[in-house]
Amino acid sequence: MRTESHKAMTDMAASRRPLVAVCVALRSSECTSVFLQNRFFSTTTGFHSPLGDEQPGKFTPPTKPVIVDKTQAEVTQRKFLSPEFIPPRQRTVAVKFSIERKDMIQRRKMLNIPEFYPGCILAVTTSDPNANGKLNRFVGICIERSGKGLGATFTLRNVIEGQGVEICFELYNPRLQRIEVLKLEKRLDDNLTYLRDALPEYSTFDVNMKAVPSPATGEVPVNLLKVIMKPKPWSKRWERPKFKIQGIRFDLCLTEEQKQEAMKWDQSWQEFDLMKEYDTSKIEEEIWQEVKQEMGK
Amino acid sequence: MIGIFLVSERVFDPTLLSRICRDLPIPSKSNFKKSVLKRRRRHFRVCNGGSSTAVTSGAVALQVDSIGACVCMKMLVKASGLLLTQPFTNIVKHSFRISAACTAIQKLTRVRVVDNSALGSTPYHRPPKCIHVYTKNGVGKVGDKILLAIKGQKKKALIVGQKMPGHTMTPRFDSNNVVLIEDNGNPTGTRIKTPIPSNLRRLEGEYSKVLAIAQTFI
Repeated sequence: MRTESHKAMTDMAASRRPLVAVCVALRSSECTSVFLQNRFFSTTTGFHSPLGDEQPGKFTPPTKPVIVDKTQAEVTQRKFLSPEFIPPRQRTVAVKFSIERKDMIQRRKMLNIPEFYPGCILAVTTSDPNANGKLNRFVGICIERSGKGLGATFTLRNVIEGQGVEICFELYNPRLQRIEVLKLEKRLDDNLTYLRDALPEYSTFDVNMKAVPSPATGEVPVNLLKVIMKPKPWSKRWERPKFKIQGIRFDLCLTEEQKQEAMKWDQSWQEFDLMKEYDTSKIEEEIWQEVKQEMGK
Repeated sequence: MIGIFLVSERVFDPTLLSRICRDLPIPSKSNFKKSVLKRRRRHFRVCNGGSSTAVTSGAVALQVDSIGACVCMKMLVKASGLLLTQPFTNIVKHSFRISAACTAIQKLTRVRVVDNSALGSTPYHRPPKCIHVYTKNGVGKVGDKILLAIKGQKKKALIVGQKMPGHTMTPRFDSNNVVLIEDNGNPTGTRIKTPIPSNLRRLEGEYSKVLAIAQTFI
């Protein structure tokens, strides 16, 4: 206790407070209590409140510094309706889709599912049912989004320790704890499954990469990357027109003969098939209004 | 002049060889057995000019003279054609394609050993292949035990990754991964660098030592 007070007194001496002389003059045994009282007194007189109308003796805490977390993506202000909300053209009752939409919105209120497209780099944290309390984090590029309603899925791909891994996550699975978009961008195609047959460098992403902040307004940037493939055979014949792939460097892996051979499977008349037309613009508008209203509540 | 050449077993059959010599159409696989059973009793003579020799499964040694030479050359060309899988116009083709069964790991699947055991790491001229799957059906998924043929020896292994997609939320790997195991379930290697699916944690009781040497769980 004595050494403490002595040390405090020397500190006070170093700071050259006006009451130092008073403290030093007093004897050490009386010093502690008087010192403490004086110290309390000194703090009130030492600091001047900015407004100047505080009562003397009242402690005003300093204003907390406001921390702006620029890594957190701002809530998107783009008009984006997640593709799983748009119902497929089926012979079912419309009630099925509206009930499903209610459950989807309820889940979205619990877990923030951000706006993302195939080509974005995501980090997904899931809880492990086999290991209680443990969370698994997987970082990867979204290669496809499929499914409608509550069964909607997205597949992430990454190459870890030289081994290519793909995980198909369900968007509305209760095991999902957090979905972060590390990089928001689109690619030339909607389905990047051809990355399995591309060189592994195009599927490798750092597991500890930091989020790249993206603007909340404006168009989503499109990455015009064209990927170099491994030598044939591929898992699917990506050169064929049915896949409509723009993101592969075909000039490096196919000869003119092979390209013409692939065009034999061109079914260009299907684009004009009236029975295959499905105009979703009106349905999308209605569902967008409904979802916006429900999420705002 | 003796021409010795290695031929596949199908060409090897005496009826086929005789048909090649006589420029007759070669039957398709479906009625091959019928034609074989019908004609197997016939005594085989290789060349018209030369002496007949016994046909072994390994190679054919033919004694050739001037008349037989052209026949044997034709045989060589046709046999090499069969070896190089050039289509003959006379072969009967199916009008539909039959694909392989879509299963994860079954007999004769080539697998990739991912632990650091000596048996899995040393190169050999043949890849490790599955020869038996210890399940009720012959299909092995992640977590099943299989029997491998590695470096001329039999070894048990545990499947830790498959190329075929499984349940959602479970990882799908780009190769069929396997960890070598002893009969009691202990791993042969000491470390597994490749990521392992975390749903293998349900095998805590039986293969806990394998999970202990794994480094990353996906």
